[in-house]
Amino acid sequence: MNATLLRTTLVLGTAGLLAACGPRPAEAPQDAAAPPPPTAGVDVTGAGASFVFPLLSQWAGEYAQATGNRVNYQSIGSGGGIAQAKAGTIHFGSTDAPLTPEVLEGARLGQFPSVIGGVVPVVNIAGIEPNQLRLTGPLLADIYLGRITRWNDPAIVAINPGLALPETTIKAVYRSDGSGTTFNFVHYLGQVSPAWAETVGPAATSVRWPTGVGGRGNEGVAAYTEQLTGSIGYVELSYALQNDLTTVSLQNAAGNWVTPSIASFQAAAASADWANAEDFHLLITNAPGADAWPIAATNFILVSKAPSDPVRARAALDFFRWGYAHGDARAEELGYVPLPEDVVALVKAYWEANFTF
Amino acid sequence: MAVPANHLDHLDRLARGDARADRLFRWSVAAAGFFVLAGLLGAALTMAWGGREAFATFGLDFLTSDHWDPGNLVFGGLAPIVGTLITAGIALLIAVPISFGIAVFLTEVAPPWLRNPIGTAIELLAGIPSIIYGMWGLFVLVPFLAEHVYPTLSRTVSQWPIIGPWFDGPPIGIGMLTAGIVLSIMIIPFIASVMREVFMTVPNRLKESAYALGSTTFEVVWSIVLPYTRSAVIGGIFLGLGRALGETMAVTFVLGNANRLANLLEPSSSIAATIANEFGEAFADLHRSSLLALGFVLFMVTFVVLSIAKLMLMSLHRREGN
Repeated sequence: MNATLLRTTLVLGTAGLLAACGPRPAEAPQDAAAPPPPTAGVDVTGAGASFVFPLLSQWAGEYAQATGNRVNYQSIGSGGGIAQAKAGTIHFGSTDAPLTPEVLEGARLGQFPSVIGGVVPVVNIAGIEPNQLRLTGPLLADIYLGRITRWNDPAIVAINPGLALPETTIKAVYRSDGSGTTFNFVHYLGQVSPAWAETVGPAATSVRWPTGVGGRGNEGVAAYTEQLTGSIGYVELSYALQNDLTTVSLQNAAGNWVTPSIASFQAAAASADWANAEDFHLLITNAPGADAWPIAATNFILVSKAPSDPVRARAALDFFRWGYAHGDARAEELGYVPLPEDVVALVKAYWEANFTF
Repeated sequence: MAVPANHLDHLDRLARGDARADRLFRWSVAAAGFFVLAGLLGAALTMAWGGREAFATFGLDFLTSDHWDPGNLVFGGLAPIVGTLITAGIALLIAVPISFGIAVFLTEVAPPWLRNPIGTAIELLAGIPSIIYGMWGLFVLVPFLAEHVYPTLSRTVSQWPIIGPWFDGPPIGIGMLTAGIVLSIMIIPFIASVMREVFMTVPNRLKESAYALGSTTFEVVWSIVLPYTRSAVIGGIFLGLGRALGETMAVTFVLGNANRLANLLEPSSSIAATIANEFGEAFADLHRSSLLALGFVLFMVTFVVLSIAKLMLMSLHRREGN
């Protein structure tokens, strides 16, 4: 802490001296619209959600090759990312659940989305292929509430004509560790099912599940789902895509049946009302778009509005600027969904307005 | 003949130097000893202090309610506490007889050329990381039990009086009984190697006298070896129990991590697994405090268990007149 402070003072002091000694330029205030000049050779440290760790570490490697700046991201969980960002020990934090504008204001933090991800239910039912099974949000909620206990329940059979569903008991699998994946999943269930909202309550990174077994991490849920015949679990999109799990089709808010894919997640992000969301405080579950996947979510980055080290804070923003511009291909390869162009434009406008260091 | 004064001085200096070095040695080993005590006290106090908010908010409910709800910030730790005790209890029920058999076989029955390989194998078993046991449990033991053992248990044993309700669950393979079995395999090496070591300390003339009087091997083990080594055997068992109570990773894999009171075939939770699962994302102060309070409870449970072991040993000693 003291070392950082000292370094900051030195950097600022030197800059001030240089400015004082050099020939005074004509009074030319920096053009507010132009981005600040890119920094070089700066180390940036970030920490937070494990969800974006694979992507950010890939981006960091390529970013270092392209610009010489190093970004070090620690996967310590959203809670840790928020705490460290508030304490100012890191240059950017990352969280899967957005902070409210009031909390952000109190901690002098700014917030913007990085990439889109989301939750995909996966099943293990004999003879069922990926995306064959159709489910609705209220049905998912009833399954996780323990109200629907067999796969050949009339409610499930009614929306799956022609599919031979066995009489097997449904075993619900959830994430036992606190996670943004759980947060987004239960947030969606609470939105579409009054019974869920009443029984389980508000969305949280871990909740009191009425039934089922808990696996640790995406891999734990996938392993339990694989082991238990007749089970249903939920994992992150990237995990489902990369491991060829048996995903399901869901009915979205517009009433259409959609399958989990990069396109349906992007549709969810594009149809969300970002322009009117203060500090991007918006959960895009149950998004209104015609092709939108209903359990999409974004990861959020937290950066201080009054950083102790403005050079590095600017470097952190430069990193994400680079990621938005050059990182889409890598993101899709890893199973993440890049932000739509118009959302990126909103993010950049937000930076101009809020990060004035 | 008088010794020269400077020579005396030299001896004196040597003696003083020795005394100083000895004092230094005493202090350093005493510091090492107190380090354990300080560490123990420090850990217990830190957890109690960290958990004070949970204890203040929920009072006795924290120990008697099984309502664990991080979303609404209501925390009752009964399910993980009971889960910890039951899984460790199952582990002991299975591990103690098997370890006893291993130790007797190795010290009394096995041909000498077989004793060393099996003894080494047991020590190697003790060195396997717990996550390996967890993965083996999930990928090998769970499917096997779910297909071949639990369906029968849940069909037949669940009809039995008294213990029946303990087995009345869906045979999914993940649950307290599986966790107990995996734990038992993890603690067998500890208990077996302690038992083997102490069985070897029984004087041969005692055993030989018994054999000479016509005792069978079983009678020698039961009436000579076991009474002679009783206190060390109990010590070994409690060493295993201590490990079973605190085991985290392997249990997390096969216990199902469901914060509910459950019977033996249903998923439940343990203290260590709950802490490992939830600590990383415990946003709320009360949630974090409750997890630390659970840690303190685990500490107290272990402490009480070990105290009971000590008391048992002391009463045994008194009865034996030592």
